[in-house]
Amino acid sequence: MDEILKVENVSFDYSDAQVLKNVSFTLHKGDFLGIIGANGAGKSTLIKLILKILPLDKGRITLFGTDIQKFRDNHKIGYVSQKASSFNSQFPATVSEVVMANLYSKRRYPFLGYTHSDYEKLERVLETVGMLEFKDKLIGNLSGGQQQRVFIARALISEPELLLMDEPTVGVDAMQYAQIMDIISKLNDEGMTIVMTNHDTPELIRVSSKLLIFCSHGNGEFLNRADLTVDEVNAIYAGKRGHHHA
Amino acid sequence: MLDMFSYAFMQRAFIVAIVIAFIAPCIGVSIVLKRLSAIGDATSHSALAGIALGLVIGINPILGGLLFSILAVLSIEFFRKAFSKFSEIAAVIVMSTGIGLTAIISGFITSGSSNLNGFLFGSIVAISNFEMCLTIVLGAIVVIVFTLLRHELFFVTFDEEAARLAGVKTKLVNTTLMILTAITVSVASRVVGALMISSLMVIPVACAMMIGKSYRLTVIWSIIFAQAFSIFGLIISYLADLRPGGTIVLLGVVTLIILMAFNRDR
Repeated sequence: MDEILKVENVSFDYSDAQVLKNVSFTLHKGDFLGIIGANGAGKSTLIKLILKILPLDKGRITLFGTDIQKFRDNHKIGYVSQKASSFNSQFPATVSEVVMANLYSKRRYPFLGYTHSDYEKLERVLETVGMLEFKDKLIGNLSGGQQQRVFIARALISEPELLLMDEPTVGVDAMQYAQIMDIISKLNDEGMTIVMTNHDTPELIRVSSKLLIFCSHGNGEFLNRADLTVDEVNAIYAGKRGHHHA
Repeated sequence: MLDMFSYAFMQRAFIVAIVIAFIAPCIGVSIVLKRLSAIGDATSHSALAGIALGLVIGINPILGGLLFSILAVLSIEFFRKAFSKFSEIAAVIVMSTGIGLTAIISGFITSGSSNLNGFLFGSIVAISNFEMCLTIVLGAIVVIVFTLLRHELFFVTFDEEAARLAGVKTKLVNTTLMILTAITVSVASRVVGALMISSLMVIPVACAMMIGKSYRLTVIWSIIFAQAFSIFGLIISYLADLRPGGTIVLLGVVTLIILMAFNRDR
């Protein structure tokens, strides 16, 4: 199977506190990795290291077989963060403008206008997230959940093969939450490799095919979800948390 | 009223005003939406020091202003990095330096203070052929760069992190935006006045945000508003014998207040 992401012995410190310690795992095409752990356990840090938002000091990360320092195929990676909660709602941009912007990574001559095929891609990804009817609406006028679906569409328009999601459902109401999780599961069923952190641990355990469980000491435990029952996963997670509290 | 166009100085004033009213809102949209409006003020006050220096040492004041504007925007970046948690003080430091330098350098202007006054509040009669050509050339550079970088500017303005992840060279785009701001401020100081140029970058954008239904339409409406303020402001200032800069800016403020009154529900 195609190797998508390989993390080898990655460690990371924030000045005096070590958040990641010798983290290693490999993801193949179609894997759904759920990263769980307490706040500050290093879940977001790992995603930021993969995206080069934070500098990688120790260890090695390869994307599609290429070291991240040399990796330039930005369009192959989609990223969705907790945008809805930090977003300037008065920014005068439409859903279409926000989503189309991310075509940048695929365009050879970005100073030219958008093509017919670009608009087709726009309609396709908005359809995927159920936001096509809102394409001409100002993004600031949408609800948090709708905005988050737009940001998922933005990540999808560059036709990524790996989707990284850092708490994409923060500040989203229950109905929108179910819809967003449904969209993500469908994408995974269609072959998209997904890495996701989520405050709703039971749901993440349910949908993931692989799990990375962090304890307070930063060394994540990588598990194949298929080998374990939900109770066994919960027992391991509780053990880690118990260790954390001890 | 039409007789005003028979004067060469009025023709030059209109050409320069139209060029400025095209470039100021283009740059203004990114400046306003990135919440960097204070940078326009800091840059224009620094430009004033360059203008004063130009008047003292006998080079064209707009070129002096251009040099100091570019130094100002680069200094703002330097101070923003030094005080990363309090980046808004960068603009204040640079603005204070600009005012301080203007106060000292202007003391050495021997040909009377009227020249510097013209740059403070704008002057129609003072625009030379050279300055008109300089404005057209620099304005064309701003328009071309803005058009080529329009997708990058939107992306960086809306979400800098996502833009960088998509491969946009965000530092280069930000530095280019700052240099375009410096050019716009320095060429606009002649007609609108250095003290008021930042308002020509901000007020048309604020008006456009009241009615714009997209980013693209906000840019287009900003240009339309800026053109209307400049052209009608110049006409009113000629007919009523008022300062052009103040007339243009106040026309914009009145329009903004009217739009706000009609858009209370927005």
